[in-house]
Amino acid sequence: MSAPAIALAAVEKRFGRTEIIRGVSLEIPAGERHAVIGPNGAGKSTLFNLISGRFAPSAGEIRLKGENVTGLKPFEINRRGLSRSFQVTNIFPRLSVWENVRCAVLWSLGYRYSFWHGIDALAEVRARTESILEQINLLGRRQVQAGVLAYAEQRALEIGITIASGAEIILLDEPTAGMSHSEADQAVALIRAVTRGKTLVIVEHDMAVVFGLADRISVLVYGEIIATDVPEKIKASKAVQEAYLGTVPA
Amino acid sequence: MSEVAKSADWTGPVPAAGGALRGYAVWIAAALAFLVVPYVFSSGAGLTMLSLMGIMIVFTLSYNMLLGQTGMLSFGHAVYYGLGAFFAVHAMNAVTRAGLPVPVIAIPLVGGLAGLVFGIIFGSVSTRRGGTAFAMISLGLAELVASSANILRGFFGGEEGITTNRTKLLPVLGLNFGPQLQVYFLIAAWCLLCMIAMYAITRTPLGRMCNAVRENPERAQFVGYNPQTVRFIAFPLSGFFAGIAGALAAINFEIVNSSYVGLGQSGVVLLAAYIGGVGYFVGPVIGAIIVTYLQVMLSDVTAIWQLYFGLLFIVIVMFAPNGIAGLLAMHQPLWRAGVLHRLVPAYLVGLAPLAVMTLGAILAIEMAHRFAARASDGPDMAFLRIPLDVTRPLPWLVAAAMTIGGLLLFRRTWPYVASAWNEATIAARGRGEHL
Repeated sequence: MSAPAIALAAVEKRFGRTEIIRGVSLEIPAGERHAVIGPNGAGKSTLFNLISGRFAPSAGEIRLKGENVTGLKPFEINRRGLSRSFQVTNIFPRLSVWENVRCAVLWSLGYRYSFWHGIDALAEVRARTESILEQINLLGRRQVQAGVLAYAEQRALEIGITIASGAEIILLDEPTAGMSHSEADQAVALIRAVTRGKTLVIVEHDMAVVFGLADRISVLVYGEIIATDVPEKIKASKAVQEAYLGTVPA
Repeated sequence: MSEVAKSADWTGPVPAAGGALRGYAVWIAAALAFLVVPYVFSSGAGLTMLSLMGIMIVFTLSYNMLLGQTGMLSFGHAVYYGLGAFFAVHAMNAVTRAGLPVPVIAIPLVGGLAGLVFGIIFGSVSTRRGGTAFAMISLGLAELVASSANILRGFFGGEEGITTNRTKLLPVLGLNFGPQLQVYFLIAAWCLLCMIAMYAITRTPLGRMCNAVRENPERAQFVGYNPQTVRFIAFPLSGFFAGIAGALAAINFEIVNSSYVGLGQSGVVLLAAYIGGVGYFVGPVIGAIIVTYLQVMLSDVTAIWQLYFGLLFIVIVMFAPNGIAGLLAMHQPLWRAGVLHRLVPAYLVGLAPLAVMTLGAILAIEMAHRFAARASDGPDMAFLRIPLDVTRPLPWLVAAAMTIGGLLLFRRTWPYVASAWNEATIAARGRGEHL
């Protein structure tokens, strides 16, 4: 069997004396849709920041497709096929929608730091950018400055930037936060479509989204994973109900 | 050269839609402008001014590769300009001494390489951090080089600097580059080449990622790019073009001294870029032209020209933070929609009291200068050829009335100008412009 897409072994993160992640071990096989749930302040976003290289863990080991990536920088991890979105929209606000996605396409197509390729002549860059914009339904808005897009559009762009490199492992941090029901439904359909065949890890508060989307769910409470299982078992789990009372839909 | 300024379409954050042909048209227009202007302003002073403008355009555009494109505020860009100039002047003297067959038109490359190499050396330190840290390190390096210039007299020539003679190098096609017109064309050719090259760099993967790093260096990391590397590549490239500008200045003046690497020179390029508009490719071109013009012309008219220069900078920062190119870009959709002319009456109404106010303020400043700083010249002076006595109350009252009255009137014209603007934008929207 091939190595898991993501493997965490006893990962810890402290900020000064405050322990945010207290020994998390988790394996996510390739192709799985995995949701991380838990109360506010449980450390879900910190966990994402550790996996994606924004922070280095204080202890433990993180492996990507079998390769040890502990302590690597975000761009090094990104080049190894992991891409993430952010809970608070994190785009290039004064660049156009088109530029936003194109910047996210360039590295994976091998253009790197080139200052000898004319960007407008790169057919595959143009084609990939166009196809991403089509998938996130923003092709008609490509000339618009990203900073002036409507909120739901910015969230879609955030996902577009995240998937643009074609990474096989996608981390989405609360992609539907702040959306209306219909917007969230559209966002879920989009996520489903663009992550087909990929490994998806998603932090989400909306339980309808979580149970509809995830193959397996991990419950993070106070920096520890108290349960990892298929949705039905998580729903039924006593420990989860105790930690999470009132927020699980009946 | 205003043809370049007007075609601001290829400058904004939105990708140009016009295609390659339109891009060529802009450069052909620029080349024609370079060809025509020396015959329009053919006096000695005119040619000198045009030459200085060409040099400043290259220097300011190179600076904007950092500030405008990559978001790096450098306080020490004259280091690369000045070192380019010194290496160029030494190269010219060495070539002359050794009798090597090198024409003066090749000398800017020497300056460029010096700028590139020192950009790599100093950039390896300064570009590790962005933002304030970068700005502070650039200032420190500028201080370092400026003070070295006073210590390493062999290379920098001390107070009097290093002189050279450009006519002693190999002539090309019978041109020895003695006459200013020939020097102008040398500068113009290099200026056009550098403009095209610097614009082309903005249209490459690196150029696009420079913008991305400027906007959001963190996000750039999560799409695979190391912002430090982006900055570290952009920095020596910018140094290269600054070095070319320095070498052109060395050829033009035939003397280079320590002021070339000084903080004053670093400040001027910052002001020029900002006044023109750092968010647009043409911004620094406009800024370089204006600042050079002010430096040359204003210093003939008044002793305190630097004060006006500073005031202009403050006014731009406060009221037009996107610079003059930003103001032009604001009007571009109206121009495209064919409704720009509707603003003319309102603008004239607004500009008249503004002109009165400005004139009054200038009168007050000039009188104060005469009264306080140059009292030994006596109380009689002339303003716009009108004789006046600074010890009498009348001219002061006139100045105050013009300044305050102009300001009050100007403010009363605002609603009128604003409503004209609104009507014009509504009309432009009606014709399909995005506003």
